[in-house]
Amino acid sequence: MKTLEWKSIGQALSIVLKAAVLILFIFPFLWMISTSLQTLRETMAFPPTWIPASPQWGNFVEAMNAGPFLTYFKNSVVVTGSIIILQFLVMIPAAYAFAKYKFPGKTVLFGMILLAFMIPGQVTFIPVYLMMAEWGLVKTLLPQIIPFVSNAFGIFLLRQYFMQIPEEIIEAARLDNASEFNIMRKIMIPMSGPALATIALFSFVSHWNDYFWPLVMTDSAAVRPLTLGIAMLRETEGISNWHIIMAGNVMLVVPILLVYLFCSKHIVKAFVYSGIK
Amino acid sequence: MDKKRIWEGFRPYVLIAPAMAGIFLFVMYPVGYLIYLSLFKYNLLNKDKSRFVGLDNFTQILGRGDFYKALWNTTIYTAGVVVLTMLLSLLFAVWLNKKGRFNSIVQAGIFTPHVVSIVSISLVWLWLMEPNQGLLNYVLKLVGLPPSDWLQSSKTALMSIIIVSVWQAIGYYTLIIVAALQSISPSIYEAAALDNASKFKVFYKITLPMISPQLFFILIIMTIGSFKVFDTVQVMTGGGPNNATTTLVYYIYGFRTTNIGYASATGVLLMAVIGLLTFVYFRLLAKKVHYQ
Repeated sequence: MKTLEWKSIGQALSIVLKAAVLILFIFPFLWMISTSLQTLRETMAFPPTWIPASPQWGNFVEAMNAGPFLTYFKNSVVVTGSIIILQFLVMIPAAYAFAKYKFPGKTVLFGMILLAFMIPGQVTFIPVYLMMAEWGLVKTLLPQIIPFVSNAFGIFLLRQYFMQIPEEIIEAARLDNASEFNIMRKIMIPMSGPALATIALFSFVSHWNDYFWPLVMTDSAAVRPLTLGIAMLRETEGISNWHIIMAGNVMLVVPILLVYLFCSKHIVKAFVYSGIK
Repeated sequence: MDKKRIWEGFRPYVLIAPAMAGIFLFVMYPVGYLIYLSLFKYNLLNKDKSRFVGLDNFTQILGRGDFYKALWNTTIYTAGVVVLTMLLSLLFAVWLNKKGRFNSIVQAGIFTPHVVSIVSISLVWLWLMEPNQGLLNYVLKLVGLPPSDWLQSSKTALMSIIIVSVWQAIGYYTLIIVAALQSISPSIYEAAALDNASKFKVFYKITLPMISPQLFFILIIMTIGSFKVFDTVQVMTGGGPNNATTTLVYYIYGFRTTNIGYASATGVLLMAVIGLLTFVYFRLLAKKVHYQ
């Protein structure tokens, strides 16, 4: 009897602790939302205002007016969307060739892809910027797009997946005179849905959130993405206008949080899978 | 027929050509270009005035205190983040490992910071850590502890950034370890239970060795990832106060327009460090890690 009691106390304690941990990770986002709806006076009040007396929706308007946010938003959408579409066009044929063909130099070429995966943008950004400047592309969105069209990690992941598709299916299609293009389109792509979804989600999250690369590649507002625009709010709005900065921040976070809310399982899987393989 | 044979020989190269072109153009070539630049005193405005200086940039780097400061900061940051994240995510993973609704909610919750932009995370924590109106100091005062200057004092700034990075990373690594734990066959634990092994012993003698490949893998990506730290520093402190949070990448970033040759040489060193870490860990991986 006694051990049973101890056990249930332990369980209750564990649940309370878990709830506390959950709050530790969720609360900062709730605090961000609460601050974004407060008045300046409320943000400075002591003790702090937990829930604003009347929600200040005007903060969002003020944040939006602090810069060309429509342009920033459009840039983020165009950059992220273009990368996802273009990288599939490049990745699928490459992964197919590496998975299903034998050809001289294959190991070396694939090794180069793995090597590329190891070398981060923090190392290559200076030469890439100089190249972009030389090609006259700095005033366009291309410096934020084309370096990511060839996605080494995606090729690697997709190749693993393609290799699991049985050779017999491909051979049968070839006997039916299917072109290689149609084999990719009608067999490889439909059979690797989960891997493609993983790569797409992963790309979406990492490029939508990217800060470093656009920061070093852009020097005018016309080509900046949302992350940079929001980070710059601190300079344009002054460092004590936390309600406005948080309002901008909410606009950056909410789209991603909504996506996460509806497909957290897939996103978690995508990240964990990419981490294990 | 012959034409078809030739085409078939070429086909794989055609299929991989766009991908290889991209990797060559934006990774391989830039690495070569970076090494080339590191040997020059580069003039951004007038390229013809650039001057070959050999290894001058490197000797200059190694003689400068601010470089060692940046290297030191990066090392401390990396050590702090890797040790704390490793211990906490291992603890969380073991704790949240059992399948259940509440556990998966908590898992999804602690993972949330990982899908959000570092810009947002940095801004939220900047606000929480604000010395006068920030919530953290309010809580500290509430429980009777002295408030901290957090990011605004050179004594606590790096620690504050470590806290934020750990907070952001834990969810991801917890989930990887959970996946590793769940891949261990239950029959091994049943055998241990028959032998009446203590919980601690089971963890130390079975669980830990079984997930060691994943732990080593995590160690690699965490260390490399931490060495590249930039975003949090740029948004939260701008390297300050008093260079207390200037990290290697931030250091390179600072020279990217004023002294391209010097920045490139530092970039070469960063690449060497990352390469060395990767190599060392892969060697360790091959030697020490237990495989099934």
